[in-house]
Amino acid sequence: MRFFFKTDYNQDINLFRDGVDRFWYGLLIAVLLAAPFLLEDFWLGEISYVFILAIVGIGLMVLTGYTGQVSLGHAAFLGIGAYTHSVLLNLGVPFWISIPAATLLSALIGALIGRPALRLTGVYLAIATLAFAFIIEQILIRWEHVTGGFKGFPVPRPEVLGHSMVEDVPFYYITFGALVLAVLVALNLLRSPTGRAFVAIRDSEIAAQSMGVNLAAYKTLAFSISAGFTGFGGTLFAHKIGYLAPDAFNILLSIQLLLMVVVGGLGSLHGAIFGAIFVGSLPQLIAILRDYLPEGIARQPGLEPGIFGLILVFFILFEPLGIYGRWLKVKLYFSLFPLYKKATFKRQKTYTKSERNR
Amino acid sequence: MTLFQADNLAINFGGIKAVDGVSFDVQKGQVFTIIGPNGAGKTTVFNLISRIYDPTSGVLRFEGNDITGVPPHKIAAMGIARTFQNIELFEHATVLHNLLLGRHAHRGGNLASQLLFLPSVRKMELEHREKVEHVIDFLDLQHYRDTYIVNLPYGARKVVELARALCTEPKLLLLDEPSSGLNTEETEDMAFWIHDIRNELGITVLMVEHDMTLVNEVSDRVLALNYGRVLALGTPSEVQSHPEVVKAYLGD
Ligand SMILES: Nc1ncnc2c1ncn2[C@@H]1O[C@H](COP(=O)(O)OP(=O)(O)O)[C@@H](O)[C@H]1O
Ligand SMILES: [Mg+2]
Repeated sequence: MRFFFKTDYNQDINLFRDGVDRFWYGLLIAVLLAAPFLLEDFWLGEISYVFILAIVGIGLMVLTGYTGQVSLGHAAFLGIGAYTHSVLLNLGVPFWISIPAATLLSALIGALIGRPALRLTGVYLAIATLAFAFIIEQILIRWEHVTGGFKGFPVPRPEVLGHSMVEDVPFYYITFGALVLAVLVALNLLRSPTGRAFVAIRDSEIAAQSMGVNLAAYKTLAFSISAGFTGFGGTLFAHKIGYLAPDAFNILLSIQLLLMVVVGGLGSLHGAIFGAIFVGSLPQLIAILRDYLPEGIARQPGLEPGIFGLILVFFILFEPLGIYGRWLKVKLYFSLFPLYKKATFKRQKTYTKSERNR
Repeated sequence: MTLFQADNLAINFGGIKAVDGVSFDVQKGQVFTIIGPNGAGKTTVFNLISRIYDPTSGVLRFEGNDITGVPPHKIAAMGIARTFQNIELFEHATVLHNLLLGRHAHRGGNLASQLLFLPSVRKMELEHREKVEHVIDFLDLQHYRDTYIVNLPYGARKVVELARALCTEPKLLLLDEPSSGLNTEETEDMAFWIHDIRNELGITVLMVEHDMTLVNEVSDRVLALNYGRVLALGTPSEVQSHPEVVKAYLGD
């Protein structure tokens, strides 16, 4: 078991609790930096994909996990980022400018969506975001001279000194750098007043408001920041899939993104990353599973969404804290061994919370 | 000096006149208590002051200014903080986090500086932390500082909610049934704290309370409500012996 001796308020503010944490995260970063020397390009590609998913997961985590607003439309923000970036590249805008531009545009559209969605909560908000995603999909289909309509268009491949930046090793490092940046920005957000206000809205709107949180402004902001992260991930996602067409950003992807944060563990950045690893490896897992299923089931076209749905329900019922919650329990088990008590994680009685203001 | 004034306050919910022409004023440095049977409209008065509800008619004045049109999220910054009858804490956050949110009205720095966590933001955070630690010491919450609210016993939650309200550095503190759900010992602690909040911190207290021992112990003025109307207003003993109040409590 470890004890944290605190001698300074800064220790609660710093990104790493102590030297032990710093060591382990440092080691992880070192291993990831060395990966291109150890792994084949195929695996680098898979890991880049997980990095991109993790960025998007962080975006959705800010909104759903931290602010408590469900979105079933995040594929649309991913699409907005991907399309804007690719269209700008086609217009000759440099890579390093079109990424922030696409990110900002996504954030702006996020704010515009957040406004009317303010009055909605829970399932109604989910439906509204779903409708929004559907509208974006229609725009991508209809606005043909920009988006290429149904057929779509190939994503340009920027080069440096004759080498493509968006493949193999260079792309691996770009996506890794992008993820590190996203994590740092998210951590900063969460340790400042804005991030705290998000959590406050999630847990009690009425109390947040009476402490001075402007609900409308902060919910809009949460949407905007979330969309910004997601659009940022979308710019890299475009290169990963190489070809943009509207059906790449459909409802199934939105559900997959939600699956990622729920399965990973709502309300933690670790959760977003664990969720990305899980969702990133899911296609392979399903392919393996197919071999073991009876012919009739394995060939069903709805198998994949069906499995997503099952996993989602399973986690909500049995492991609401997600993979990260499970990880914490396992860690605690080993640190307390052999003293672990089964009841350690039993939820205590929760006290009544008012539905109304009484 | 009058700190807060309610003038002919009224609000209807559908047909129910939850608050019906209530007037009172709270002097600076007082502990002013509202009593009354369940459903009398006490919490509704608090929700009107917090600006969660718009009154059907009437005026709210704080430090001489009309605050009837101020949006609810601006009330904290003006110097009015509150607790809730049914405890409204941020359950999946630590005590420290909850108290830091009490500093929200005093936050500074724009979003960009927060996303970059510039040194100015760190400096501000440390200042907030210092203020929060004073409140933690004041209410003896050191033991719970890093505990998540979901893991706290009920009595401690009440204290944390009080602490969070104090972190806003209010001039007027609204306490909605501070002793409800507390055992005798905890209620005694609460009485001491209310006493200290007024005497040491100089904060004016407006509270709703059922426990008459607590009411008598700490209140300077008492207002009795029933069916949204004022039954009596005066010192604790005056109000308790008022025939209308006796009748309301004994149930006609
Ligand atoms: N949001 C609301 N909608 C409808 N009726 C309400 C609402 N809030 C309070 N009431 C009604 O107003 C009356 C006073 O309630 P309240 O102020 O909570 O009483 P108490 O004095 O017990 O705190 C009750 O009849 C209650 O049902
Ligand atoms: Mg009440």
